[in-house]
Amino acid sequence: MPASYFDVDGTLVSTNLVHPTLYYMMRQETPLHSLGKLGKALFRAPLLAYAELQDRRMFNEMLFMSYEGTSEDRLITLAEDAFKTVIKPNLFPGAKDLIQSCVDRGHQVVIVSGALDFLMQLLAEHLGAHDVIANKLEIKHREATGKLMRPVVAGPEKAALIRDHAKKNGHSLEDCFAYSDSYSDVPMLSIVGHPAAVNPDRRLRQLASTYHWPIIKLGDAA
Amino acid sequence: MSHPSVVTIDSRSAPRTLFYGDQLMDVDLPTGSRVVYPKPPLTPVKDVDAAIRYAIHHPYNSEPLYALLKPGMKVTIAIDDISLPLPPMRRPDVRERVCTIVLDLLADHGVDDVELIIATAFHRRMKEFEVRHMLGDKIVDRYWPKKLYNHDAEAPDGLVHIGDTSEGEVCEINRRAAESDLIIYLNVNYVPMDGGHKSVSTGLCGYKSLMAHHNPRVMRDCHSYMDPEKSALNTSVVRMGRVINAKKRVFTIETTINNRMFDRPLEFLAKNEDDLSGPERAALRALKVTLDKTPQPLRQAIFQRVPSPYGVTGVFAGETEAVHVHTLKKSYDQYLVPVVGQADILISGVPYISPYNVNAFLNPLLVQVMANGYLFNLYKGIPMVKKGGTMIVLHPCTDKFDNEQHAPYIEFVHRLLPETRDAMELHKRFEKKFASNPAYVKMYRSGHAYHPAHAFFMWYWGEAGRQHLGRMIVVGADNEYIPKLMGWETARTMDEALRMARTTAPPKPEILALHVAPTMMTEMFAEKPAKGLPGASEPPPSLG
Repeated sequence: MPASYFDVDGTLVSTNLVHPTLYYMMRQETPLHSLGKLGKALFRAPLLAYAELQDRRMFNEMLFMSYEGTSEDRLITLAEDAFKTVIKPNLFPGAKDLIQSCVDRGHQVVIVSGALDFLMQLLAEHLGAHDVIANKLEIKHREATGKLMRPVVAGPEKAALIRDHAKKNGHSLEDCFAYSDSYSDVPMLSIVGHPAAVNPDRRLRQLASTYHWPIIKLGDAA
Repeated sequence: MSHPSVVTIDSRSAPRTLFYGDQLMDVDLPTGSRVVYPKPPLTPVKDVDAAIRYAIHHPYNSEPLYALLKPGMKVTIAIDDISLPLPPMRRPDVRERVCTIVLDLLADHGVDDVELIIATAFHRRMKEFEVRHMLGDKIVDRYWPKKLYNHDAEAPDGLVHIGDTSEGEVCEINRRAAESDLIIYLNVNYVPMDGGHKSVSTGLCGYKSLMAHHNPRVMRDCHSYMDPEKSALNTSVVRMGRVINAKKRVFTIETTINNRMFDRPLEFLAKNEDDLSGPERAALRALKVTLDKTPQPLRQAIFQRVPSPYGVTGVFAGETEAVHVHTLKKSYDQYLVPVVGQADILISGVPYISPYNVNAFLNPLLVQVMANGYLFNLYKGIPMVKKGGTMIVLHPCTDKFDNEQHAPYIEFVHRLLPETRDAMELHKRFEKKFASNPAYVKMYRSGHAYHPAHAFFMWYWGEAGRQHLGRMIVVGADNEYIPKLMGWETARTMDEALRMARTTAPPKPEILALHVAPTMMTEMFAEKPAKGLPGASEPPPSLG
């Protein structure tokens, strides 16, 4: 049985990691707390922009520092609302169909995302995916430290995680499928036998055209 | 005496100008070679709208269309897609004219639950501008995209099982059509393999139904596709169509067109080179030089954006089989050129277009379809070339694909063909898995790509030719590896190709060349029939 590995941001949903993070920042215990979080985030914005250009993993780690001090209960309690408010309305038309199409063909469908695991779990349940590879916040004394557990799911690390997942679940990578929108995910697309570019950015589109990978537009309703 | 459309080359003959993709190539053929030209275009009907009205009011083996209509009933009009005719027809396309009249009739009879489905099967979805070209602004503005749309053979729950044939073929069709009180099928008959039961049973079906006949076993048993009585594909399609028609009310409207592919300034392309006037000869030279100097994308744009001035030669309506007899007769009347004696070497140019690359490049898999599939099969009776003979084609075989329309073809050609060219092995080892690639299926369903299984069908389409021919030689290929993937030999010139072909041919080989396009086909006789050959405008004896 093959597996289908799906990136999320830009591939299945039009939002990115920043949107749910902002959602959490805006919903701190008090408006003052929220203001503080936003202020810190604004202060870090130039650094975040620089990190995004340099290294996706660095960007992820800096972004998730915003969660520092948020209680575990709060993270879980707000997750469902964050999913309904931020992620679900921004699912691309056709995303669910594509996942269902993989499920119907007997694939193990795996969400692979730099977003946080508790949100991706809800997305997986909504889409009918079977497994999730996502980032986990480090929790100490029932509060997020703002650090990510290792390994950080981003860029080339996704490829290694997919390789491990396939091995553990008995999939031949040659038979597996992977879907992403971003040039930063070329490593994860390259290790499977059947890569596909979904709503690709300019650089990925060029690469996909060169290597004749299928290019899908999920924004187009059937 | 041979038919006027068959020209025998002598020592004074001019070189023949054959299509070489979207360019032209002059070739000198040996003395004694026979060249088959298309028949002149049949005279079109004078008043097409009147012919349409007459046909639907005086149908074959059916009540008139108006008598089948009741207020409040559910009607689906299924329409042939843009794969025909080639190139697309100048506006108004005959489908627009028929559709306009039929829709008016439905409205007059209180039928307002009407949907129009483009019967694409596994072909790519047509784009809005293409539908607009085919059906006109008025119909598109009113119905597109909610009530006028492309068939989706992969839609979950989108197909209804109508029944199975005695041979176990699964008959499934589009749900909307299946749940309608009446299906009206609107066909444009370009070649004799189109239309009849193939329209509904193939155009509106899904994979299970297509698998019944689009497989190497059935394709090998077609002699030829253009001769329905000798086509296993047609036999299967007829069985399936009968099951559908027994349970669903189908009113078929078929139209035939002449072969006026080129407008007057380019009409000389269909003429015997020895008969060209001075100005025509100069125009041919100028066209050839222009094409040679023009970049490929511009050549493609020039050829594909100029619609053809086809004339409508017949409109037939009623019960599917009764209608199709008349359609076939008219189609053969236009295309069939009687030829006596099979060839040892068959030569043909490969033009720039096939049913599967409208508004796209003719990629290597489609060059194969044109050569081993369509051109080889342009016969009725016996094959044009003897068993084990050689076919020589002219095409650059450029390794270029349309990334959108033909995405699955690329992987098929570059990943699967290097594994094997054996159609049976491809069918058994690779087809099922390849055809279920969700990315390709998604591109078919919501993009404009051919279904992944279609790449296999294209290879199977060449199967009858591959099984029959001993050798395939391509003249003028711009690379070696694509012909090698196809199992073809390469030659730089026609002289070289003929020298190569002669090494495995009898001492004085019979050479037959097809002067396509425009479209034509041969009625092949092993020897001259006792009653003589059919005349230039007579229907073939088998239909007389």
